[in-house]
Amino acid sequence: MKKDIMICGVGGQGTVLASKIIASSAMNEGSAVHSAETIGMAQRGGPVTSHVRVGEDAFSPLIPVGGADLLIAFEPSEAVRNLKYLKKDGFVIVNCVPVKPTSLAGGADYDGKAEIEFLKSKCGCLVVNSDELCKPFGSSKFFNVAVLGAACGTGKLGLSKDTLCGEIVRIVPERFKEKNLAAFEAGYKIGVNNNANK
Amino acid sequence: MSKKYVMGNGAIALGALSAGVNLVSGYPGTPSSEIIETVAKYPHEGTYLEWSVNEKAAMEVAAAAAYSGARAMVTMKQVGLNVASDPLMSLAYVGVKGGMVVVSADDPGPISSQTEQDTRRFAEFARIPVFDPSSPEEAFEMARDAFEYSEKYKTPVILRPTTRVDHAYASIEARDSFKAKEYEGFVKDSKKWVIFPRLSFINHAMIEKRNIEIGEDFSSYRFNTAAGNSEKAVIATGVSYAYAREFLKDYPEIKLIKVGTPYPLPESFLLKALEGVKEILCFEELSPYIEESLLKLAGKHHLDIEVRGKLTGDVPASGENDTDSARRIIGRFLKIEEAENCVNLSDAPEPPPRPPVLCAGCPHRASFYAVKKAMKGKKAYFCGDIGCYTLGNAMPLDMVDTCLCMGAGITMAQGFNHMDKEAVAISFTGDSTFFASGITGVVNAVYNAADMIVCVLDNSTTAMTGHQPHPGTGRNLMATPVEKISIEKTLLAIGVKKVITVDPLDLDASVEAVKKCAEIKGVKAIIFKSPCVALVKSDKKMKVDSGKCIGCMRCIKEIGCPALSVSGGKIVIDENLCTGCGLCSKLCPVGSIGGV
Repeated sequence: MKKDIMICGVGGQGTVLASKIIASSAMNEGSAVHSAETIGMAQRGGPVTSHVRVGEDAFSPLIPVGGADLLIAFEPSEAVRNLKYLKKDGFVIVNCVPVKPTSLAGGADYDGKAEIEFLKSKCGCLVVNSDELCKPFGSSKFFNVAVLGAACGTGKLGLSKDTLCGEIVRIVPERFKEKNLAAFEAGYKIGVNNNANK
Repeated sequence: MSKKYVMGNGAIALGALSAGVNLVSGYPGTPSSEIIETVAKYPHEGTYLEWSVNEKAAMEVAAAAAYSGARAMVTMKQVGLNVASDPLMSLAYVGVKGGMVVVSADDPGPISSQTEQDTRRFAEFARIPVFDPSSPEEAFEMARDAFEYSEKYKTPVILRPTTRVDHAYASIEARDSFKAKEYEGFVKDSKKWVIFPRLSFINHAMIEKRNIEIGEDFSSYRFNTAAGNSEKAVIATGVSYAYAREFLKDYPEIKLIKVGTPYPLPESFLLKALEGVKEILCFEELSPYIEESLLKLAGKHHLDIEVRGKLTGDVPASGENDTDSARRIIGRFLKIEEAENCVNLSDAPEPPPRPPVLCAGCPHRASFYAVKKAMKGKKAYFCGDIGCYTLGNAMPLDMVDTCLCMGAGITMAQGFNHMDKEAVAISFTGDSTFFASGITGVVNAVYNAADMIVCVLDNSTTAMTGHQPHPGTGRNLMATPVEKISIEKTLLAIGVKKVITVDPLDLDASVEAVKKCAEIKGVKAIIFKSPCVALVKSDKKMKVDSGKCIGCMRCIKEIGCPALSVSGGKIVIDENLCTGCGLCSKLCPVGSIGGV
C-alpha cells in the first residue's frame, strides 16, 4: 500500500495517539511506515500535525505539499491551515467543533462555520461533530479513536477494522479499552453511512 | 530480535544499547530528551543511566566512564553543548579509551530553541568527528558506528541529529534485551589523563594529523553516497537529503550527493563524486557548512566548479528546509517546474492565530499574576528563564522582560539591580533550571550584595521537555526514593536573607509574600510551590453563573487562561480544559465564578 495521511489539530486533542494507531496498524499489515510529530514548545495550545507515510518510497518524514491522500482534522481552522498538504483529489474528515483561540490573540468571532463551508466547496469531505459523537462516552478525549473509526468506515484509510481495533486494544490503557472500542464503532458507522449516502 | 516502531531518538537509544553502552547521561532539552527515556524503557543489564544536573555534569560523568574503557553516551540539545563545551574542548585533546558519543541535537527553525547554531561547526571547532544522520534508520546505525570510530581513533565523537530526525518515526530491527560491554576499568597514567600545556601541544599536532586519516577513512563510509550523473548536482546533509531525495526520485539522472560525516571532510570521496560536475547546489540547514567546505575543497584542488547555496542566496539563511522548499529551491536550480497538486487556497478563510500559551490552570500563571499585582505602580524588572514559564511573556501577563539562556534570569536581575537602584529586580526560575544553573547565580548575587527577589517556580518536574525528574523530586533514573535536595535549605545555606514558600494558587498570600520581600534589603527568595497540572489530574471545575456575569471580561484581560472564552457577551469556561485552580474566580468583581 502507498498512502500519505495527515492528522492535524490543536495541542492536547490527542492527535499523536491517532497517528500511532494508524502507523502501527499499517506496519502490522506489512507496509513500510514513517511518521513525524510536532513536539516541544509548539505543542502548548498551538497547532499540531502528524504526518503518516505508508509505502516504500517515502523518503522524507514530512508529506510533500499536495501529497496527502487523506487529511484527518480535529478542528475546522486547522483543516484549512493544513489543506495545502492535501492532493487535489484527496479526502478530508473534519471535526466541526471549533477550538477557540485564546481570546486576546485575536479571532474572537471564530466559530468554524466558514471553514467547514470552505472545505465542503473545495474537496471530498466528511464532517463529524466530536461533541455529539463523544457524548455517550462522557469525554471528548475519545474523539481521536472515534475519528479513526470514521476514517476506517469510509475506506479511505486503507486499513482493516480488525487491525485497527487490535492496535487500539494493545495501545490504550486497559480501563479505557471498552469505551475506546465503542467510540471506534460509533465513528465507523458514520463513515460507512457517509459512503452509503453517496 | 524484533521490529520496533520508534522515533529517531529511540533509534539512537537502541543503537547505543546494541553497542553495549555502559553509561548514558544527559540533560533534557527538545529535541533530544527521548534518547535517555528510551534507553530506560528497554530491558538492559549493566547500563548506568542518569539525568544529570546539567550538560557539563553529564559530559564529565560520561568522560570518566570513557577513561575507564567503558562505552559512554551523553545527550543534550544544541544549546546544551554550549554549557558542556568546557569539558568537551579539553576532552578532545585528552582523548578517550572506551567509545564516547556526544549526541547534540540541532533544531533548525528553530522550533523549540533559542538559537539556530550548527553542531557541525562545534565539531570542527573541537576537532572531533561528527556523524549527521538523515533518517531514524541511519541514526540507529550511526550511533553504533560512532562508538567504533571513537575507539579506533581514541577520540570523543559527535552524533548530530536534527529535530525532524529525532521526532520522525521508523521501524528498527533490534534485540529485545541488552547487556552492557565488559570494560577494563580506569588505569592510572597522569601523562595521559591530566591535561597540561605540554600534553595539549603534543596532542594538538597528533589530532590534526589524525583528522586527515579520519577524513580518508570516512571517504569509504557507507553513509557518504553519490548517485546519478549530471553536470548540475545537488549535495545535501541530514534530513535535507531526505527532502532532496523525495523531490529527485523522479529524476534519477540528477547527481545527488549525501555527506553523512561532514567533519573531518571525506575529501577523496567528494573529489570523486564531483568528477564531471560543473555546478552544485548545497541543500542544507542552519549554517552553510558543506558549502564552505566545498569552496575550500575547490580552492585547494583548483576545481572548476560553481558552488551555490546559502552564501549565494539560493537557499535561505535561516529556518528549516522541507519537501516544499526542496521542490522550489532544487527545482529552480535545475530548471524543473512542477505544478502544485493542491487545492486552490486563494479564498481560504484566515486561520486564527494560536500562539503557545501556559496551560489552563498552570500554577505559573498564578505566580506571575501575584508578582504583577504586588508590583503594580512600582518600577520593576522581570527577568525570565528557559522553560514553560518563558510563556509568561505573552499578553495579558506580560511578565517576562528578558530571557537569554539557562540560569540567566537570576544573574541578569542582579545586573539590572546594579544599574538601576530605583527599580525592584525580580527573577523567575523553574525548579529544574534552578538546579541546572541557578544556584551559582544566587551565590553571585549574595556575594555581590545585590538587592533582588529570586522567584523559584517549583512545579516539581522538568515540564517543558516532558516531565523528567530532577534533584528536587526525590527520584532519579536508577532509584526511587533518593534524597530530595531542598531548594529552600539551599537558598538559606547560601545566605539568602528571607525565603518564603507559598502556594501560588493562594493569591492573597502570594501577593503578600512579594510585597514583604520587596521591603527587605539584600537577596530574598519566594518559592512558588504547586505541581504541574499536566501531572496532577484535577476533578475540580469552575463554572460561570451567566445570570451574574456582567461581561466585563476582567478575567480574560487579566490572566488570559485558555479555558476562558466569550459567548454571547458572557464568559464561558471550557470544562475540558479547566482544572479548577480558581484564579479567575478571585478576579471576578461580581462573584459570578464558582467551583463545582
